[in-house]
Amino acid sequence: MSGDHSNAPAAARVRRLEERLIAAGLVSDTELDEILARYLAGASPLNGARIVAHAWADAGFRDRLLADANTAITEVNLSMRGGLQEQRLKIVANTPERHNVIVCTLCSCYPIGLLGPSPSWYKSEAYRSRVVREPRAVLDEFGLRLPEAVEITVWDSSAESRYFVLPQRPAGTDELTEADLVPLVTREGLIGTAAV
Amino acid sequence: MAEPPRFAAGAAVLVRNVDPVHHSRVPRYIRGHRGVVVEAQGAWPVADDRAQNLPRPRVEPVYTVRFAARELWGTGGHWVTVDVWQSNLEPATEADG
Repeated sequence: MSGDHSNAPAAARVRRLEERLIAAGLVSDTELDEILARYLAGASPLNGARIVAHAWADAGFRDRLLADANTAITEVNLSMRGGLQEQRLKIVANTPERHNVIVCTLCSCYPIGLLGPSPSWYKSEAYRSRVVREPRAVLDEFGLRLPEAVEITVWDSSAESRYFVLPQRPAGTDELTEADLVPLVTREGLIGTAAV
Repeated sequence: MAEPPRFAAGAAVLVRNVDPVHHSRVPRYIRGHRGVVVEAQGAWPVADDRAQNLPRPRVEPVYTVRFAARELWGTGGHWVTVDVWQSNLEPATEADG
């Protein structure tokens, strides 16, 4: 399992390639920065929070989202086409009986275009190796103590799908508007290491 | 052209116990283990072929496969789902369980 990505041979190769392209006058440092900035500008956990709040407020949207997330998120003007190719998006819903949590044990696959860059612990060997083996203990360390009766599913994104979790709508929020629900959703809730 | 799908949702499958020298998207912890297909996701170029710079990577169905923790680790009550390209799966028989 590879650990520190900044020291990976691929990272060094990308840096050398960038230097060659710039030296050859094919692209400038500024242009490369602009491409990255364009990709990451819209990439924020706020997108995930908007999707979740809309699903809480609109049961029809929730059904469409769980059936075909790539199509459903276009209803809220989002898409998975921000990168080089459109990735398949799968949204997994928590219920009173079932909790979901996501990981990429081989590297650090994550829906960056929708949720922004992943937290550093998500890429750590400790999280990646332990959450598939003892998720209940790992979630407990995050402060999420699930009742024994709640079944846990860990989603290891090892191919071309990206995942995030649809948390349960918190109790006592019936009066809140969709806009008021958005700030309740955290990045950890979307990964599954928090309840919301 | 993508390979046609071999498995339907609910099919019992066994992950081939591969150990290639090149990069593989089959996590070591599921190799040789038995799971159940949750859904067929669609078809993509096989990442293991792309990692070797093969000129024409195979295009195969990818499946969401669900494993019981007890099958993978010998303990635990949770489930782990992993996305697996078709050529790494074979039909499971009762004897594999």
